[in-house]
Amino acid sequence: MSNLSSAERSTAPVSPLLTVKQLRVDLPVAKGTLHAVRGIDFHVERGEMLCLVGESGCGKSMTSLALMGLLPRKAQVNADCLDFDGVDLLTVSDRERSNLRGARMAMIFQEPMTALNPAYTLGNQLCEALRRHQRVSRKAAHDRALYLLERVGISAAEERMRQYPHQLSGGLRQRVMIAMALMCEPDLIIADEPTTALDVTIQAQILHLLRDLQQEFGTAVIFITHDLGVVARIADRVAVMYAGEVIETASAQALFQAPSHPYTQGLLRCIPTPGKTLPGSRLQAIPGVVPNLVEKVDGCAFCNRCDQADELCHTTPPLQTVADGHLSRCHFAHQLANPATINAQEVTL
Amino acid sequence: MSSAANHFKPLALELCALSKTFKLGGGMLHKSQTLTAVNNVSLRVPRGQVMGLVGESGCGKSTLAKILLGLTPPSEGDVLINGKAIVNANQKALARHIQPIFQDPYSSLNPRQRIAQIVGLPLRIHGIGTQKEQAAKVDEMLELVGLPKRAAQQYPGQMSGGQRQRVAIARALIMRPDLVICDEPTSALDVSVQAQILNLLLDLKDEFGLTYLFISHDLAVVEHLADRLAVMYLGKIVEEGTREQIFTAPRHPYTQALLASALTPEPGLGVPDIGLGAGQPDPTRPPSGCAFHPRCPIAQPQCSEQSPKLTDLIQSAAQGTTQPNHPRVACHFA
Repeated sequence: MSNLSSAERSTAPVSPLLTVKQLRVDLPVAKGTLHAVRGIDFHVERGEMLCLVGESGCGKSMTSLALMGLLPRKAQVNADCLDFDGVDLLTVSDRERSNLRGARMAMIFQEPMTALNPAYTLGNQLCEALRRHQRVSRKAAHDRALYLLERVGISAAEERMRQYPHQLSGGLRQRVMIAMALMCEPDLIIADEPTTALDVTIQAQILHLLRDLQQEFGTAVIFITHDLGVVARIADRVAVMYAGEVIETASAQALFQAPSHPYTQGLLRCIPTPGKTLPGSRLQAIPGVVPNLVEKVDGCAFCNRCDQADELCHTTPPLQTVADGHLSRCHFAHQLANPATINAQEVTL
Repeated sequence: MSSAANHFKPLALELCALSKTFKLGGGMLHKSQTLTAVNNVSLRVPRGQVMGLVGESGCGKSTLAKILLGLTPPSEGDVLINGKAIVNANQKALARHIQPIFQDPYSSLNPRQRIAQIVGLPLRIHGIGTQKEQAAKVDEMLELVGLPKRAAQQYPGQMSGGQRQRVAIARALIMRPDLVICDEPTSALDVSVQAQILNLLLDLKDEFGLTYLFISHDLAVVEHLADRLAVMYLGKIVEEGTREQIFTAPRHPYTQALLASALTPEPGLGVPDIGLGAGQPDPTRPPSGCAFHPRCPIAQPQCSEQSPKLTDLIQSAAQGTTQPNHPRVACHFA
């Protein structure tokens, strides 16, 4: 199933690895129903790094849990299409789902201490990931674990295999999580804020490693983060989420050079950027707060915080194509994407 | 306070050879270990300035903050606030001069009290004003931090993260302190809210003539806010200087690595290979010589033997109030 070399993989057909159409996730809460994800579309190509970016509560983690089938039972997942390499993730049985999970799609969580089992050695947990899905000998599993630990930059790997999670630092644990995700050579890794809990120096090392391995193994990655600096440096493509919707998708280059949604533009303007923002000056904050997703959201979800909103914004904006592969959910996307407007904004920085 | 506008730069805060050691473990079977969390730290913060303090987790930033707030006594050394030693000062007196803003506004506010009670508590503790005056002051403070009037009767649970951090700021400033210790005040917040809080901190600093000790691991935020910057590694300051000095010409290899690993939103640059070895060493067994040498890309044999000294603060004629205008660095090869 998954012992394909990366060369064989690259000759696979060119349909997207994952296609998501109109995904909705509803959660029952005390005051009604929380519409955490409100009809999102995106796809992931084989071997690409897609960044899902957005602030807390925008639905990015719910999306990843829905893909992995890890949402609580009471959560309702609906979609027009949720296709993972020919497998319909909406109708798949629990058994097939758990055969998929770990083998063909793996997950790296934010906090490796809670994701690793404190009662088992690392070697034990690494080997289990492989032996759960493939009929391989203990020796073969051990060798693969050892190889991957060395690949993720852990020295004295043989000794580490016998250690428990608490004996490792946060950065090392996250390396182990990456090695574990790669044990079965999955087609897709979902990494949910994997470096948020780490120091900047360790973050740079882990991201460097993840990017290297992703390219070497040809694995597709959905990388979930709120950090636009990280997005700029690692993403092939970006999907920006706001209030349970994808409001803009583009290649990383296009998104940062010509953001075409007021929210994306606001996000890029409000972070202090050396060389762009004057130290000690006021930052251009986005006023207001995100809408409550328990209540029904009419029209554009961002219109109450948007400085360019008008009457039209009380109607739901369509997803508009502003350039090849660059979509924006804003009535004024075309004006915003126009370089003349963007230059004018840069001057005001 | 700001009324005492001085033409020479008086120090709001001075740390003199401050150290803090902890004893760990110990017992029948284990020998106790000592952990030096803060190691011989000297630092001067002029009034009205923002001193940024950066370093990885475990480098002693938060222990330093705790000593300043009087929450733990230093093992050695002195802390002077406005020229007065605080080491044996009573905590209530200290609280009038120095207040904290913590990282997590979800755990630093009492969930069972209304906002008005939370913000007014310092006034009640210190017995300042009548109940009516206290209430008026709370209202004034809430308005200053940009919260609506009705917020006074709400509970923290009814508020967003950004609003809670505004409450924490109002509580810290209601006593009109001179010095505010900001311990990662925006790292639990979303980026769009972070900008609002940073703007507020800048406005309030001007309004009240505050001095900030701004602890953060986000270098872009520190560069935006700080006038001066101190970089800590394993309990020691390894480099200190003005914002321009540190960000345009960092001299310590650790500072250089920190700056290189800050990811600015510029696509196409990729993730830098910062060339630092393994993670931080065990702080109970710090490496010999320069503590950074096992990770340092330019380490020489000398570095594992001799501990480099931080260039001394230059004493000047103006009673030690002048900052050195060159950066202080602790590296043999800086």
